[in-house]
Amino acid sequence: MASRRTFLKTGIAGGVLLAMVAAFHEPLDRWTRKELVGRMPRAEARRVALTAIIPVILQGALPSDAIERAAAVSDAVDGVAVAVAALGASAQEEVAELFALLLFAPTRIAAAGVLPAWDEAGEADVAAFLTRWRTSRLGLLQSGYQALHDLVLGAWYADPAHWAAIGYPGPPLLGKE
Amino acid sequence: MIKDPYPAGIASGWRLLNAAEFVADREDEADVVIVGSGAGGGVAAEILARTGLKVLVVEEGPLRSTDDFHMRESEAYPQLYQESAARKTADKAINILQGRCVGGSTTVNWTSCFRTPESTLAFWQSRFGLATYTPDALRPWFEMVERRLAIHQWDMPPNVNNLTLRDGAARLGIATHAIRRNVTRCWNIGYCGTGCPTGAKQSMLLTTLPTALEHGATIYHGLRAQRLVLSGNGARLLECQAMDAQGIHARPVRVSLRARHFILAGGAIGTPALLLRSAAPDPHQQLGGRTFLHPTVVSAALMEGLVEGYAGAPQTIYSDHFLDNRPVDGPYGYKLEVPPLHPVLVATTLQGFGAAHATLMRSLPRVQVILALLRDGFNDASKGGQVRLRGDGTPVLDYPLDEMLWEGVRRALASMAEIQFAAGAKRVYAVHEECAGWDDWSAARAGIAALEMRPLAMRIVSAHVMGGCGMGMDPRASVTDPAGRHHQLENVTVADGSLFPTSVGANPQESIYGIVARNISLLAPMLSGQPAPALA
Repeated sequence: MASRRTFLKTGIAGGVLLAMVAAFHEPLDRWTRKELVGRMPRAEARRVALTAIIPVILQGALPSDAIERAAAVSDAVDGVAVAVAALGASAQEEVAELFALLLFAPTRIAAAGVLPAWDEAGEADVAAFLTRWRTSRLGLLQSGYQALHDLVLGAWYADPAHWAAIGYPGPPLLGKE
Repeated sequence: MIKDPYPAGIASGWRLLNAAEFVADREDEADVVIVGSGAGGGVAAEILARTGLKVLVVEEGPLRSTDDFHMRESEAYPQLYQESAARKTADKAINILQGRCVGGSTTVNWTSCFRTPESTLAFWQSRFGLATYTPDALRPWFEMVERRLAIHQWDMPPNVNNLTLRDGAARLGIATHAIRRNVTRCWNIGYCGTGCPTGAKQSMLLTTLPTALEHGATIYHGLRAQRLVLSGNGARLLECQAMDAQGIHARPVRVSLRARHFILAGGAIGTPALLLRSAAPDPHQQLGGRTFLHPTVVSAALMEGLVEGYAGAPQTIYSDHFLDNRPVDGPYGYKLEVPPLHPVLVATTLQGFGAAHATLMRSLPRVQVILALLRDGFNDASKGGQVRLRGDGTPVLDYPLDEMLWEGVRRALASMAEIQFAAGAKRVYAVHEECAGWDDWSAARAGIAALEMRPLAMRIVSAHVMGGCGMGMDPRASVTDPAGRHHQLENVTVADGSLFPTSVGANPQESIYGIVARNISLLAPMLSGQPAPALA
């Protein structure tokens, strides 16, 4: 089905990295759609990856206290899930494919360049991955970075708990209720 | 005193049906079915309902009104915008803001009103045979919608975000002007984009749709128009599907609507898509083509003093200097305006992550932003995009970006940075993945010249989708005639921004109001035998 592979085909241009991704393309399509996306506990798998990725995207915005920080990251993971659930059907499918790509070990290594599993990845691994995708010449990878950027930062700054830190007073009181 | 007309209207018998609650298929019949309740659908609904015709309006989005608007981006984007305000072009390079709720984009727009520019009308006359689209012929229609929607010169002082555009431009000898707005007793709080919480904005939600409801119109919301069933030279039935409670997936509950005439006003992505799903005749492959966006690029500045761009009417000053100083069909010209600066919109638009992003966000009260809207569709090489259907029938716009556009983008970034530095900016950031900001105009000028222009690296946004069912005299080069009637389907009229054969070159809402008021006033007597009532 054309629509199922839209994300993976977007902006494909060439290069060694692409060849590696492409080598996993068909197995990924069969495998991750049915296995990862279908049967595995998708939310849990996403949570593991996002718990590694979010602290790097939100560096400088998260609390420094370890316990508060862990709670904030956990809330941010939930916030991303809420944001994804509000997207259009096609975008939700593409986000599922993005996470399938990040979670399937061969494509995590080949496309994201992250060798360790997500729960073992350090902040330097994640920052290098984000920078690689952000500056990639492959539309596929750059749009994947931008999806993570928009979902994580959008969900974070949607939360009134994070407004005081940026000097945003919130909406005015109108005396309506 | 804030008054939401919907609770009382519903109590008085307004026919508002939430299809998201339907559990069984149903049918309905009317003189006219209108698809979409935004600028075009709203105006058409009022005119036709007031001639005594039975009118059904189909809206995919939900009904939310004044009392439901809480000035929260986290509520507004999922509820009121297409694809949660994250609609993207096919290659994901352009993010499109479009309303999807009762009132359409008029419920969430920033209240900027412009008559269709004379240079645009002249181009439509000469290139598309729209002989009746003269400023003199359209003036009474613009005046009528201005009276109806309280479009007037707004007289409160602009917020600092807008003043910065005005003052920086003035120091460079660039003229700016005040934007006319469709508001009454505006509280000047700045939350037009999340649905006006005070009822000041004279959107379709609070003007034409209530009038249509008073005259017996029915609005189905939470209902997606899937396909016109065609027979002979026309349409006989509109097949619709009820949406789920979240408004994301269509459910297998069908609503069939019969009518003598069908008016398509689902916006310039939705209307071509409905015709594509209906396999409407398209003998010259015009349908969904020439779709324009006013591709918009963004320049953010860090100012010394407070800007507080989240407060105050969002868009009140503009400059057409870079549209007016060049031929309309030459290299891209651009209109300058500013956006509201609320946390989610700013955080998702600004490039980068981690400490650099967090540092800029902590400066939010001092951030100033200018937008440049590129006027597409006038140069022969500016062909716009093509609306296509995905496997599931939902639409996607393919809008290729080319060298000529990048040349315009570069000039626009330079103009905005120069204005921001002239206004006293400490640092300016072109919204481009590879820009880390510049401390003065000469650094910015060199830096902008060196930026690599390619899709996704250069962030582009759009809030104005136009074209795809363009009007023209020649059926080989257009989808609709100069009155908006479909060239091949005799009882189908298009009445939204998809009519425009180029971009407008200005925020399009008033162009839609005025041109649809004219076209539907020509249609109404043919359907009803009654003269069309004046909107005001």
